[in-house]
Amino acid sequence: MKSIFREVLRRRLGQISLFTRLALYLTALFAGFLATQPVNQQNLDATFHPPTRVTWHDGGLAVRAYRLVDRSGPHYEVIPGEFHRVRLFAPGFDYKLLGLVPMKRHLLQAESPEARLYLLGSDSTGRCVFSRLVYGSRVSLTIGLIGITITLFLGLLVGGLSGYFGGRIDFFAMRGVEFLMAIPSLYLLLALRSVLAPRFSSDQMFIVIVIILSLIGWAGAARVLRGMSLSLRRRQFVLAAESMGQSPLRILRLHILPNLASYLLVAATLSIPGYILGEAALSFLGLGIAEPASSWGLMLSQAQNIKIFMLNFWWLLTPGAAIFVTVIAFNLLGDVLRDVVDPRMKTQ
Amino acid sequence: MPLLSVENLRIAFHGRERVTEAVKGISFSLEAGRTLAIVGESGSGKSVTALSLTRLLPEPPTCQVTGAIRYRDRNILDLDRRGLQALRGKEIAYIFQEPSSSLNPVFTVGNQIAEAVRLHLPEVKDVQGRVVEALRQVGIADPERRHSAYPHELSGGMQQRVMIAMALACRPRILVADEPTTALDVTIQKQIIDLLRELRGSAGMSVILITHNFGIVQGFADEVAVMYRGQIVETGPTDEVLRRPRHPYTRALIGCIPRLGARQHRLSTIDHAAIAREMAAQE
Repeated sequence: MKSIFREVLRRRLGQISLFTRLALYLTALFAGFLATQPVNQQNLDATFHPPTRVTWHDGGLAVRAYRLVDRSGPHYEVIPGEFHRVRLFAPGFDYKLLGLVPMKRHLLQAESPEARLYLLGSDSTGRCVFSRLVYGSRVSLTIGLIGITITLFLGLLVGGLSGYFGGRIDFFAMRGVEFLMAIPSLYLLLALRSVLAPRFSSDQMFIVIVIILSLIGWAGAARVLRGMSLSLRRRQFVLAAESMGQSPLRILRLHILPNLASYLLVAATLSIPGYILGEAALSFLGLGIAEPASSWGLMLSQAQNIKIFMLNFWWLLTPGAAIFVTVIAFNLLGDVLRDVVDPRMKTQ
Repeated sequence: MPLLSVENLRIAFHGRERVTEAVKGISFSLEAGRTLAIVGESGSGKSVTALSLTRLLPEPPTCQVTGAIRYRDRNILDLDRRGLQALRGKEIAYIFQEPSSSLNPVFTVGNQIAEAVRLHLPEVKDVQGRVVEALRQVGIADPERRHSAYPHELSGGMQQRVMIAMALACRPRILVADEPTTALDVTIQKQIIDLLRELRGSAGMSVILITHNFGIVQGFADEVAVMYRGQIVETGPTDEVLRRPRHPYTRALIGCIPRLGARQHRLSTIDHAAIAREMAAQE
């Protein structure tokens, strides 16, 4: 395990993807600290505010002052020569560090309430896009991990056992899997979501979405794992283990599972983006994370508005860029991992 | 009273359309400390017989095993799963043909031997010491270092020595060697056979050697049973069978051993039609 990590770090792509992921996870963990404004704080006087320019002024960091020129646009203008002081590690709104420790300090805070500190602009109700992006990363980054854990657990249980024992168990398990795979997943997703919808609050919805996504996703994993354990079953070292008097459970744990480990590692890394995109798609369709909570897919769905395209409010598309970076980082890491654990599949 | 006796053993595989009888009612017995060679060509049922001794074949309905396999006044065919697991490895251990595929590629060889020891001899405290001892016993140089090697880092002969060490780690009463030398080259074959002979003597163990090669039977086995098409066609002390083979198939098999310096242009093969004719004539 350690040597796999070292090998990954030896490759340029591995370094890039690992550090990107590290940065992303740190963002998610310390979202409260990084955010400049509370997630839900609206300001109807500052809708679609452009990203504020942070400059060096008078021996410290400062933001330029803006003036609303045309409310219908809306259109803002920089007031020349007017600045608001911003400070690093300054006290601001209350939050809980890692969800436990009550804190007030933030990375960046404006001194006066007049200042408009929108690092990535604001949305249609004047909420800070940067802060929402930072908070939204929690959903996108954890959904993949939890989802893939459930998926691989189910896949390993059903696939591994049916491949190992074969016969009737295998037959019924695989027909079940095929049944699940025969249902178009988007419709299943929508149906499950609407059946479960009214009974859950927004926080619980997050867990429900993960469960729905993995309930649909495990069938494919089960099929692959069943094939692998079926072929491992026929390998002579399993017969040798049997001839030594090892019990089936022991053989599964000691001989089948470790031989599946490299596949599991790669499959897990490569299918996490599927969950991130799945959540984004659900939220985009208005079936995932609901307002006022924040997630990247939800933020993107608000950017569908024609007005945003016409008036070039590009900052509302930053969640798309965030999804892109996250997915690429996971895919790159998956590729690198595959090269490391299985030299025969080398891509170069 | 023999250590192991097989009576009227029948093994049938149930396919989708037909039933294939791989072993058609064979009987043999093995005394403590003796070596029995079961010789026959591929498909004669010898490997299936070997696997059936501890019921390693697929479960019914795929595979039906009837008859009796008596080991120390128990019938192995009546044992439950628990009883079988206690029997396998502890009383009857196996070595298989392909050492490279019989070892799990993801564990060190020391780990795999330790596994066998932990499974059957929980009272052994110094497992590591036992592993090193087992590796030394099979003639692996520098066992303190080699026990942390992965299977792919060892040569075929070394891997087979590891398999033997694993089989012998729990001091079984019977060792079933299923073509132990077939995948190895000739010089290593001799080393492995010599090693088996030596270990058999020092442990007082019985050996069932499954092979198609009369060359390695000579000087190793006390008795020979020749299998042909699922039946034992000839059985007797090794020297006698080799000197005076009675069955045409045995003669044909012995005739297949290539001899250095023999004035022979073609290697002989087994002519099944001729054997069938001879068998009919004998009856």
